[in-house]
Amino acid sequence: MGSLRALSVSGQIGLLFVVLFGLLTVVSVIAFSRTLRDRSDAQLAMHEQFKRDLRAVWVGAVLFWLAWVAGTLVSTLLFGIVSFLALREFVTLTHTRRGDHRSLLLAFFVVLPLQYAIVATREFDLFTVFIPVYVFLAIPVVSAFGNDPQRFLERTAKIQWAIMVCVYGMSHAPALLLLDLPDYEDRGAFMVLYLVAVVAVAQIVQEYASRRLRHRPVARAISRTFSWRGWLIGAFAAALCGGLLYWATPFKPWPAVLMGFIAGGSGTLGEFVMKALKRDAGVRSWGGKASVTGAVGLLDRVAPLCFAAPVFFHAVRWYFGI
Amino acid sequence: MKLPEAAGLLLALLARLITGAQGHWHGAPPKAEQRIYFANHQSHFDWVLIWAALPRDLRTITRPIAARDYWTSSKLKHWITREVFNAVYVSRERAADEDPLEPLMEALRHGDSLVIFPEGTRGNKAEPAAFKAGLYHLAEAFPEVQLIPAWIDNVQRVMPKGEIVPVPILCSVTFGAPLSLQAGEDKRAFLDRARNAVVALRSVH
Repeated sequence: MGSLRALSVSGQIGLLFVVLFGLLTVVSVIAFSRTLRDRSDAQLAMHEQFKRDLRAVWVGAVLFWLAWVAGTLVSTLLFGIVSFLALREFVTLTHTRRGDHRSLLLAFFVVLPLQYAIVATREFDLFTVFIPVYVFLAIPVVSAFGNDPQRFLERTAKIQWAIMVCVYGMSHAPALLLLDLPDYEDRGAFMVLYLVAVVAVAQIVQEYASRRLRHRPVARAISRTFSWRGWLIGAFAAALCGGLLYWATPFKPWPAVLMGFIAGGSGTLGEFVMKALKRDAGVRSWGGKASVTGAVGLLDRVAPLCFAAPVFFHAVRWYFGI
Repeated sequence: MKLPEAAGLLLALLARLITGAQGHWHGAPPKAEQRIYFANHQSHFDWVLIWAALPRDLRTITRPIAARDYWTSSKLKHWITREVFNAVYVSRERAADEDPLEPLMEALRHGDSLVIFPEGTRGNKAEPAAFKAGLYHLAEAFPEVQLIPAWIDNVQRVMPKGEIVPVPILCSVTFGAPLSLQAGEDKRAFLDRARNAVVALRSVH
């Protein structure tokens, strides 16, 4: 893998995308050839589910490619849009009241653009404290002016959670793009790809392992499939994936493995938390089956990233001492 | 592309960005037939939502009802309702010798589809108010026009009464199976049946 490390930046990125799109094409062709066979209804339903997931991966891959071609500013903007859509979905799922209107406007039209503007200008110190400190204090003030004491703490907490997950968590992905690491200029796109790859691997492997193993669930009321063994298998798969990608990262091989483990593990835990949130909101259908408002889908896919990105970002900063 | 058309596309895009404006069709596919859509009414945003949820080729032949005194009071309001939405204007003040439904009948004779909110005013309760008689008279005069019930979900959270900036929250419009006036059906019975058809769509998933 040393020779891969010696390639130029654009050569490496180009290679990654060729591999990624090649793999996707192979999987899509196999999936298509399978539709030509006769199968039972259950298999067909599973196949439909798989096709939906595959389509999502395609969209994600094309988005990444676009982001890389168009540069960091455009990719920051793209992540901002995804953040907006995820926040919209989150807010739809929580029960807000009339008095929250102004706080929600603040979240959508002030906090979100500001956070991404701060990312784009690389003010990483302000970026880290802007939402947890200033917005945390500003939101309840605006909510209190809404003149509605009913369930005040609960409503404020929900809005703050929505901002933390969908805006703060998500904004760490473009922050990785812009982070200046020693001897690693202009390769931020790799870090994001690395993060997305390990998180996706952890999620897929964990899902598959839990289905196969049928282990005792840790919290049956929240998820019938989440087990510690499944989680560990997912995180180890992420670690393996991280190790395989080490040539594209600024890490040495073992740290690359460890970073994969951390990011993958926190991503799947994030997915688990999101399930609890949805149970709370009374959403029973998963995976592409739309509720009445269509408020299911994107959040499922980005929640693991929203949880993994801040952990990974700070692990990287700590590792390099910047 | 002309300016009104571009403005329409922009508005539809904005509505989709803010609310998702998902249209679910249960019971009748979205077809370019002459129709009267009738729905619950909770917000100023309702019309835009239904309009954005319709496929693009149906938007041009589907017209809203607008109160003449309010929607012609400024140049911009007048322009949007006339050029972009092609609204049917009605007067809220009733002159003695004038049928308030006449502009609607005129549009229907012309072959256009309409969207009406039979509650007459925006409600703020979970259940829609009793329907007014206009829907019955239209159904009586135009038996060949399909009557499609529609339930608008979640829109009251987007823009509560008194606010001007909408909050992005996902909404949906569920369109149901066509209804028609039965021979000899009583006015109240028909209006209640129509209202129940709208309410029933709330629980369709």
